[in-house]
Amino acid sequence: MTISIRKVLGTAVAAAALVACAAPASAAGGAHHPRKAGFSFEGPFGTFDQAQLQRGYKVYREVCSACHSMELMSFRTLGEKGGPFYDPKAASPADNRFVRALAAEATINDIDTEIGEPMTRPGTPADKFPSPYPNRIAAAAANGGAAPPDLSVMAKARHDGANYIYSLLSGYEDPPAGLTVNPGQYYNPYMAGDMTPFWSGDPDKVPEGGFIAMPPVLNPDQVAYDDGTAATVDQMAKDVAAFIAWSSEPKATERKQAGMGVLAFLAIFTGLTYASYRKIWKNVGH
Amino acid sequence: MSGHESTYVPKTGVEKWLDTRLPIVRFGADYMSLPTPKNLNYWYTFGAILTVCLMIQIITGIFLAMNYVPTTAGAFASVERIMRDVNGGWLLRYVHSNGASMFFIAVYVHMLRGLYYGSYKAPREMIWILGCVIFFLMIATAFLGYVLPWGQMSYWGAEVITNLVGAIPLIGEPVLIWLRGGPAIDNATLNRFFSLHYLLPFVIFGVVVLHLWALHTSGQNNPVGILIPKDREKKDMIPFHPYYTVKDGFALLLFMIMFAVFVFFMPNALGHADNYIPANPLQTPAHIVPEWYMLPFYAILRAVPDKFGGVVAMFGAIGVLFVLPWLDTSKVRSMRYRPTMRIFYIAFVINGLILGWCGAQLPDSPVIGTFSTFTLIDGDLNSFLWLTRFATLYYFAFFFVILPFVGLKETPLRIPLSISEPVLRGPDAMSGAVPAQAEKKG
Repeated sequence: MTISIRKVLGTAVAAAALVACAAPASAAGGAHHPRKAGFSFEGPFGTFDQAQLQRGYKVYREVCSACHSMELMSFRTLGEKGGPFYDPKAASPADNRFVRALAAEATINDIDTEIGEPMTRPGTPADKFPSPYPNRIAAAAANGGAAPPDLSVMAKARHDGANYIYSLLSGYEDPPAGLTVNPGQYYNPYMAGDMTPFWSGDPDKVPEGGFIAMPPVLNPDQVAYDDGTAATVDQMAKDVAAFIAWSSEPKATERKQAGMGVLAFLAIFTGLTYASYRKIWKNVGH
Repeated sequence: MSGHESTYVPKTGVEKWLDTRLPIVRFGADYMSLPTPKNLNYWYTFGAILTVCLMIQIITGIFLAMNYVPTTAGAFASVERIMRDVNGGWLLRYVHSNGASMFFIAVYVHMLRGLYYGSYKAPREMIWILGCVIFFLMIATAFLGYVLPWGQMSYWGAEVITNLVGAIPLIGEPVLIWLRGGPAIDNATLNRFFSLHYLLPFVIFGVVVLHLWALHTSGQNNPVGILIPKDREKKDMIPFHPYYTVKDGFALLLFMIMFAVFVFFMPNALGHADNYIPANPLQTPAHIVPEWYMLPFYAILRAVPDKFGGVVAMFGAIGVLFVLPWLDTSKVRSMRYRPTMRIFYIAFVINGLILGWCGAQLPDSPVIGTFSTFTLIDGDLNSFLWLTRFATLYYFAFFFVILPFVGLKETPLRIPLSISEPVLRGPDAMSGAVPAQAEKKG
């Protein structure tokens, strides 16, 4: 019996080995591994820090949203349980007074239902976050040919997403001597890329990192935090990374909490089934 | 379909009435009471686990399809809408996407178990071949499904795989256009992939029914690998229910715990981050890799320098499984009694893992350290290119050289006459080959 269980465990180990095999190789060149920000939402029990999410939203709203869209985000999602503006007193996220106020700050392009002409109106909780550019071509044209990526699911779209966003935003460095940086580009050691063609130094010591069209946008005290937190570049990068991690999967906390219940149920059920198995097989010599 | 004498006696009036018109209760009762060898170990529980995997995929898939939009403009956003706004949508989607991986973990274990205990040998060739059909359909279904979220890996994976068809001489190009529904991967491609992704699981279900029919006709193999003589049935066989329902149930629950850990705590660990970037036909990802369960075959594809040759090798790697029953010349089923073959088998499993590892790497990267050795034909010897080629060579050699040759040359251990007597006593004990020959007649 114990041997058989060991065999089953062996299967799990083999599966894990397969998973390890599947880890994709890094792209050509390389980048620094992201620094660990020590986020509250990491791990199976981790949850989002609501104050941090609110600060992160403010950074997104006042800095990022000038160029980056978040097309998949609705204002009402901000008021969901676990979200930055969740209010237990509100009957629903759409009734949430903070959400209504934040939505109303936005200007939404719409069609006048009476005369069919384009019009603008204040946002409602049901609206999606408005995009900074009318379309992708306009976004690309205004940004040197490449549209700034949508941030809705950015933390899932990069390996170790939240730490990557935090590291990238707070990790700009002066390019090392010997690296030619084209105008409109910035060197960032956390950006994936291959610096070989731009490197005039020792060919065995090509710096890690890549070029990014986004300038270092965060400056100390750029955002006035409402809770009095000192707005250092590191703090703002951390907060907005947390906000994007949350927006990438607003149901993450619900998922982990459900998982605890599911595992507890499975553990009990497995134990009972094992006891039944022992009882049923008691008289079978095998 | 049950392959054994019916012991069902209708009790109630309704059952008696039904039994002479549509004996469906008899069918179910016979199905569950199938005499089963009593020595099946936990490796044999994966059949039941796979049945559950298929049901999970079909059920979650039906509900996902209710909310999915199969257009290039709407697919990505509709999947994220499922994650955010559909009640329980995140659970449906994560169960479905991780379920595909769990399905493949289980199917690989199931196939390797069949390979080890010789479950493909007479009289069970049809069970094995139908299993190979299911495996091939699973790969097709998984590939089609991976395209549907319309992320970068979806799009570029579809590009790479459909392009393989274009490598076929003469007919490749028109077939490629027919398959894609146009000269490029676009809305028509996504639409037909969605349609086929919904269809194929039901085809799989049908083949599973045939797989089980064949199983119930020729009977379960077992770790000892012998056919159980009629007069030993009472001692060596037990009814499937309740003995194996409870054993399979226990193993299934252990499997579900692993499944749940992935779904609830690391739902994206088995996927690629790039698939959360919406598909962009103008921007090729730095590194296109398939899902982990395709990696060994992807490695074989890339091992051959010629594109069409690679396609032939990749499909050949799956195709060879279909003729496996006729490549193995051994009379002994279970590798428990084939010590030489067992070593080659273990090497085969490790080789498969190496192929998977190779499939995820860039062919030019060095395997050990960062140094280069010397160039062999078209690549450095210390590169994944050559490791992949050696592993591919072993994969095919296992089927075409080792299995036929070792079966003829090896001396198997003595195999027991029945499950209850796993050790033979006395000097007149039969040699390994004799009972196997006797079985063929019966």
